Amino acid sequence: MSAAVVTPDDRMTVAASRALRDGDVCFVGIGLPSTAANLARRTHAPGLVLVYESGCIGAKPTRLPLSIGDGELATTADAVVGVPEIFNYWLQPGRVDVGFLGAAQIDRFANINTTVIGGTYDAPKVRLPGAGGAPEIAASCREVIVIVRQSPRTFVEKVDFVTSVGYGTGRGDRERLGLPGRGPVKVITDLGVLEPDPDTCELTMTALHEGVSVDEAREATGWDLRIAPGVGATPAPSGEELAALRELAAA
Amino acid sequence: MADIAPLQESIAELVHDGDVVAMEGFTALIPFAAAHEIIRQGRRDLTLVRMTPDLVFDQLIGAGCARRLIFSWGGNPGVGSLHRFRDAVEHGWPRALELEEHSHAGMANRYAAGASGLPFGVLRGYVGTDLPERTGSIKPIECPFTGERLTAVSALRPDVAIVHAQRADRDGNVQLWGITGVQKEAVLASSRSLVTVEEIVEELDPRPDAIVLPGWAVTRVSEVPEGARPSYALGYYDRDNDAYRAWDAISRDREAFGRWVDELVAAGSRA
Repeated sequence: MSAAVVTPDDRMTVAASRALRDGDVCFVGIGLPSTAANLARRTHAPGLVLVYESGCIGAKPTRLPLSIGDGELATTADAVVGVPEIFNYWLQPGRVDVGFLGAAQIDRFANINTTVIGGTYDAPKVRLPGAGGAPEIAASCREVIVIVRQSPRTFVEKVDFVTSVGYGTGRGDRERLGLPGRGPVKVITDLGVLEPDPDTCELTMTALHEGVSVDEAREATGWDLRIAPGVGATPAPSGEELAALRELAAA
Repeated sequence: MADIAPLQESIAELVHDGDVVAMEGFTALIPFAAAHEIIRQGRRDLTLVRMTPDLVFDQLIGAGCARRLIFSWGGNPGVGSLHRFRDAVEHGWPRALELEEHSHAGMANRYAAGASGLPFGVLRGYVGTDLPERTGSIKPIECPFTGERLTAVSALRPDVAIVHAQRADRDGNVQLWGITGVQKEAVLASSRSLVTVEEIVEELDPRPDAIVLPGWAVTRVSEVPEGARPSYALGYYDRDNDAYRAWDAISRDREAFGRWVDELVAAGSRA
């Protein structure tokens, strides 16, 4: 694909990479989060520290890994530790600034389901992979960024199963539950960016990618989506960002 | 001192119908060859324990070896679903599969508790999720010093742990490196253990970041070169990402999977 054609996924990945600050310590899942984090490291955030749940701290992969445990992650890392250590010593005490999560379903209050869809827990319509590292990433990282394509199937009023907690049933729930991190501060999609309302914690559309209308965003959401007053446009991906993204995809 | 024996004999003697079998290796060093031998020997009613079931448990589940699965993330990394796992959960094929489901942090702490000889592990986790309602081995606990509400997870004490490593010496001392995952904890938490290795060497020269499992803490060692394929052994071979992608089509279809099992069994045990 040429750099001239900018896809909705490109806009999503670039917006997610921009949400990372140089010097942040970032707990990275595989797929879109890994692409966005590696893009950030190649553009505006060369000092971004990538932590993978396989125990690789400070990984500097030259190509995108297919799994969180590709050899490239271990051989380029500052340190490789065991799985109990990565969760107990590094994630749990709050040493990680940003946790990056995906979702099969996400609801109005940014709770995430990656466990089952439809039916019952014992006889689900769709059995998803399950929790992995997500529940504790969602609880313990200083903040969480969710990256997920927006559709009515994914953006639901209430998730079928709470695998990872966003804001529970609304403002104050995280404090009541004793969850140390702030929770999801941005949900970045192929249509734009949602952020929790400062008063209610309800996910609200705060920015749209170029060419995306408010109606499109509403139609892609399974609840009555609120649009922030003066909803802005996400800045278009730069030539440098697109070139770095293409290079990553090709490596 | 660990006994050194061929894989076929090790599986026959260490893994019995109905056992709780942990097979670890977090993406790397996954003991595929040992799992294939379990399929060939037709073990049944196993409780399989593994943080990331991966293709290796998809194969055991599809082949009908498992009654129950204890796990934390059951997908084909970077590719999609584990279709044999899903078929078992969604349709009970080839048989129903009971699930005991955790998060990675919970599983890691369960292994660490088992290795430590403690009845449970403790963590800040699961609070507010629907997992404790479904999983009996997750309970709230109050810190006796601060009163903080924490989460207890029961220790894992498998009958047998199976892991793969790069090397062992003739006394069965095992050396492994790269992503070390929870292999050490799984071996130390289990009543018996089998380590398959790429090679048996005269002497284990030091390697940066390697962990060593002393031979007296391991039950058996079997030399199985390339025993982790299509996963990888750092320093020996890379992850076969194409095989992970190709598994999607094989595992999607019961007949294609059946042919895969037939070929595996027809190929016979590895020496």
